Amino acid sequence: MFEHNVSTEPLYIEGSPFLPEPYVIRRVKRETEDTFTLELEPKPSAHPFTFLPGQFNMVYVYGVGEIPISISGDPSARGVLVHTTRAVGSVTKAMDRLKKGDMIGIRGPYGIPWPVDEAVGKDVVIVAGGIGLAPLRPSLYTLLQNRDRYGKVVLLYGTRTPADILFREELEQWRARFDLDVFVTVDRAMAGWKGNVGVVTTLIAKSPFDPRNAVAMICGPEVMMRFTAMELIKRGVDGQQIYVSMERNMECGVGLCGHCQYGHHFVCKDGPVFRYGSIKDLIMKWEI
Amino acid sequence: MAHRLETAALQSLIEVLQQRSYTVLGPTPRDGAIVYDVLSSSADLPKGYTDEQSPGHYRLHSNGDATCFAFTVGPQSWKKFLFPPTIRLFSAFRNGKTVTLPGNGMNETGVPVKKLAFFGVRSCELHAIGIQDKVFIGPSYQDPHYRRLREQLFVVAVNCSRPSDTCFCTSMATGPKATGGFDIALTEVADASGIFYLAEGGTKLGEDVLMSVEHRPAGTEDLAKAESVLNSAAASMQKMLDTTDIKELLYQNHEHPEWEKVAARCLTCTNCTMVCPTCFCHTIDDATDLVGSEGIRNRRWDSCFTLDFSYIHGGSVRISSKARYRQWMTHKLAAWIDQFGTSGCVGCGRCITWCPVAIDITEEARIIREGSASEPEQMT
Amino acid sequence: MESLEPILTAHPFFKGLDQAHINLITGCASNVRFNEGKFIFREGEEAHQFYLIREGRVAIELFTPNRGHITIETLDEGDIVGWSWLIPPYNWHFDAKAIEATRAIALDGKCLRKKCEDDHDLGFEILKRFAHIMEQRLASTRIQLLDLYDVRA
Repeated sequence: MFEHNVSTEPLYIEGSPFLPEPYVIRRVKRETEDTFTLELEPKPSAHPFTFLPGQFNMVYVYGVGEIPISISGDPSARGVLVHTTRAVGSVTKAMDRLKKGDMIGIRGPYGIPWPVDEAVGKDVVIVAGGIGLAPLRPSLYTLLQNRDRYGKVVLLYGTRTPADILFREELEQWRARFDLDVFVTVDRAMAGWKGNVGVVTTLIAKSPFDPRNAVAMICGPEVMMRFTAMELIKRGVDGQQIYVSMERNMECGVGLCGHCQYGHHFVCKDGPVFRYGSIKDLIMKWEI
Repeated sequence: MAHRLETAALQSLIEVLQQRSYTVLGPTPRDGAIVYDVLSSSADLPKGYTDEQSPGHYRLHSNGDATCFAFTVGPQSWKKFLFPPTIRLFSAFRNGKTVTLPGNGMNETGVPVKKLAFFGVRSCELHAIGIQDKVFIGPSYQDPHYRRLREQLFVVAVNCSRPSDTCFCTSMATGPKATGGFDIALTEVADASGIFYLAEGGTKLGEDVLMSVEHRPAGTEDLAKAESVLNSAAASMQKMLDTTDIKELLYQNHEHPEWEKVAARCLTCTNCTMVCPTCFCHTIDDATDLVGSEGIRNRRWDSCFTLDFSYIHGGSVRISSKARYRQWMTHKLAAWIDQFGTSGCVGCGRCITWCPVAIDITEEARIIREGSASEPEQMT
Repeated sequence: MESLEPILTAHPFFKGLDQAHINLITGCASNVRFNEGKFIFREGEEAHQFYLIREGRVAIELFTPNRGHITIETLDEGDIVGWSWLIPPYNWHFDAKAIEATRAIALDGKCLRKKCEDDHDLGFEILKRFAHIMEQRLASTRIQLLDLYDVRA
């Protein structure tokens, strides 16, 4: 009989794309009731980690599992790797219980990034829904660090209730700037909240940007992205200038396991950022 | 340059390969089917066996003669060796609070990779291996587990003398004659005067191995007989799949009523994906031993037919069996072309034979083509 | 006193109306202000006006016994508040509160209803515009209902 079992296999193969690099948790920050941010630092001997806004890592918790999480930090800040995630499944819940000094495995960065280069010279509209603000934050950092290369920059953020507002202090700082428009809305609130209440699409009509010369980056639940894209198109933005971040079941992150297929695309390597105009037929198809 | 080998040469070939440290793997009868396993000698080959296949049906029969390759393909494919159903990707270890990941002070252990020789690969299967090469050792990320087995692989191809009733390699341009991707190709010729093998080397290594077994140059009559074997195999193909514009056909028929109909029959049992020689979907899972001292990451075969294949927080994207069947067939015949430049199907017929409810991919393709939506929608 | 006619003419809601109709409507319009915290209307009250917000912010609220006041939607500059004046039995279904100091143009619904009954062309134009607003609000509300940001969404 042909035997193929664990005892005859190597512990690992050098250079395999499946091997995580060890990172140490430097800080755990609670953002909202179910969302937290991990700040990680690599082992001193490792290469500096570089990534583009919109990319993700496969994040490994020893013995529990590995999941894709968008990188939510500043691409220009070397020496720290930041991930913001919700504790919803077994891996994220295990991650939520980790502390400073614990080890986490990282594979990446993977994926097609946000079009920060293509947006140069244009107005930029960033529309985030819920946890979708996390994968967009690196984009905002890059835009603000190169502010003079862009036209108007608008951030529209919608979430469930005021208690779920992510990165609240940062949002307030951004809102205070003169060269950035920030509009925040919630789906519902207790009286006492003086801000907007309503879906994030209602903010689009009131936002100051030139639709004929704008790039939009949208991230959030798929329904929210669909409606936001439609609203932007109604306002006059071209479908090929609207970018969305699609989500499918990514298990390997490197286009080999087949789980994340979306039509003929592999979300992990042909996405997760897609031009809306390129997937607008796919996004309307059920169960695809 | 073609050679003629007598029947004893099969054993000699196996011996030569064994002497060169190859583990020789090939077809052997077991539990009522032809499976692929270690061949310790040519006696392990399915001598005198032939197979009878049709949708949802497989039987082995004895044909009473000394042919060793008078069957087509069984429930297994060569992917079970190059892309094993379960392998370890790595082990990590924990000692108290310290976790050690691979490559970080851990010594790699394990026996060196086996040199494999596949003995008896059909033309459709050669194409299937080529298709999986594009997946696992393609231009972007490569799978080193696949690569190290593949690099040292020795292939003895065997041309088919007859198709089974579920074969359709001629439609997929993958046979019945092996045209490349082998080290040696054999054609088994059996007639009233006996059995012999026409052999040709496909690589320098293959020629080298052929030279070390007893052989003589093939005569014109030998060549003619082998040619007629192949021609009659091609001519007696029962099934057909029209691949004209099949990519657009499937992309445009996302709402074809046939999907509901086939879904009513499909059990989502995943047999088709297991027997398919090109299906590559797999899952990565992490587990530990009971005390948590070793964390193993495994790779296991998976199937797009399972309900949790497309699971993202809150639920699966493809819940209905209609969506899952449609995903498999559209991927296999259409999306694969956009992803890898070729069809994903080699026409081996396994999915038809091994489907417990006899769903036939060639029939499904025909029905969809006949009732194709008249208004083309672009899927980009 | 400031003439409201140019403000109404310029507003997108009234775009496309002919001058005669604008004049009719202007006849029903007046300036109003609400201090922060003031209720503009309350659930159950008779609805005889609607408002065009010029500045500030209005919250549409509902009071529930165990959760208190819940804000369902906020409307601000340029938005129209209220359509219950148009549909019998002409009662407000929600509370509306100015959550910032708010200036608005109030349109006398009773007066406008009568003018619409007398001039059906005007009535049709008004109803068309309100149907559009209701459709937008309904679409937004439906999305809010989906609770998309919930963990299971």
